[in-house]
Amino acid sequence: MKNLVILGGGTAGTMAANKLRKALDKVEWQITVVDRHDKHDYQPGYLFIPFGTYTPEEVTRSRRKYVSDDIPIVYGDIDRVDAEARTVSLTNGTVLPYDQLVIATGVTPRPDQTPGMDDEGSWYVDVFDFYTHEGATALAKKLETWKGGKLVVQVVEMPIKCPVAPLEFVFLAESFFTERGMRDQVEITYVTPLPSAFTKPICSEHMGHLLTERKIALESDYMVERVDSAEKMLVSYDERQVPYDLLVTVPLNMGADFVARSGLGNELNLVPVDKHTLLSRTYDDIWALGDANDIPASKAGSVAHFEIEVFIDNFLEHIAGKPLTGSFDGHANCFIETGYGKAMLIDFNYDTEPLPGKFPVPGVGPMSLLKETKVNHMGKLAFRWAYWNVLMPGRPMPIGAAMSMTGKDVPVA
Amino acid sequence: MPVTTIEGHEIHVDAEGFMTEYDEWTEELGKALADAIGVELTDDAWGPIRFLREDFKAEGGHTPTLRRVSTVGGFDTKKLFEMFPKKPAKKMAYIAGLPKPAGCV
Repeated sequence: MKNLVILGGGTAGTMAANKLRKALDKVEWQITVVDRHDKHDYQPGYLFIPFGTYTPEEVTRSRRKYVSDDIPIVYGDIDRVDAEARTVSLTNGTVLPYDQLVIATGVTPRPDQTPGMDDEGSWYVDVFDFYTHEGATALAKKLETWKGGKLVVQVVEMPIKCPVAPLEFVFLAESFFTERGMRDQVEITYVTPLPSAFTKPICSEHMGHLLTERKIALESDYMVERVDSAEKMLVSYDERQVPYDLLVTVPLNMGADFVARSGLGNELNLVPVDKHTLLSRTYDDIWALGDANDIPASKAGSVAHFEIEVFIDNFLEHIAGKPLTGSFDGHANCFIETGYGKAMLIDFNYDTEPLPGKFPVPGVGPMSLLKETKVNHMGKLAFRWAYWNVLMPGRPMPIGAAMSMTGKDVPVA
Repeated sequence: MPVTTIEGHEIHVDAEGFMTEYDEWTEELGKALADAIGVELTDDAWGPIRFLREDFKAEGGHTPTLRRVSTVGGFDTKKLFEMFPKKPAKKMAYIAGLPKPAGCV
């Protein structure tokens, strides 16, 4: 019997495990999932916790419940992977041998990587992250009673989980304060290391307009050096100071520490893989899926989903000794909440930037690309159901792994 | 790909002027490219430029990020901002004759 070990039972790991269990012979392959605990969070839901739309409990479910019953889950902290001996060691002494290894341990916000950011007395007092369960929950409490002032929403460095989330956060915050009748008491600034609101030109222009319309200031090309928690300001490497009363930050996102200890990661502990096949660029029995790899695509559940469709075919070819024919195109599909009960939708890949149009049915929709609509917002809320009931069990989604150009309005050059 | 002439050398560049052919680059060209964007290439500034060139080749054609230049190359980020003001990652790539660093999404 051969062993497939999947490190991480989150979005990517759960989908990969369930799909491979159906595809692989049960006598020939044993599949084991390793994770730290049984809590599986619907991470896109973090965005809604600070504004009271979701309660913290609503985003968490049992990991065990979503991983097929015939796949054992081993709970524990990973100490290291020995890629030569082909073993995974846990800190509790357990050693798991593997024939094939999938690393799907994601990325984690690391406030400790920016001096002053997680200072005692300011972290979760007037400085918060929101893309963690704890951060979103603490921020919800803060916003309940916050009287207003300077709100700074800031991204330390790309890449981050759900790259549109910080923009969604400012739009939702603006709408939240307006609805509470205190918009005139809040000054909102969006601080980004990017040269404009977002990365891709056409989408960035749409986002930029929306920021101006909502009277949200933009501080771009901003590489933060440190947080001065006593003076309550951000200080950049080129010495620009941005004062805040409330700082909502997206800290540096890094892959798991065991990746670094095992010598398998780059400077951000991301596992270098071929961006089309998802196989490690160094070891031909290690794959990395979802946020844990270094492909130049969004760190998002939709990317993990499309990626896994390609990965399954490649994996089966690989263990059969055949060349890999599946080629991932970097397909991403993201809702962008814009506040006031509306959202935008973007659909793009490595080569094509987000464009306007209709989705998923060309000319019909019902969703609109790069346009604020109520239907898009409902799509985003409905997606939580699809995540647990369609994506995680590995059921087919009506959207292809490869991005489609039909339904998109291509600009005339 | 457009072709342009700098210092009497014909080079291939993209729409924003970043060189697209690794092997067309020389240190002499690097200096000319630096002049073109108003960067003075001091002895210290050559360190990161050479690191970019080597790392790009070693990593199979990826322009290193600013973080990589500091953590792997060992160059101080603050100094990089002094030597290549405002947009160090972009400016270093331009001078080193490499593609613009991929704006991660």
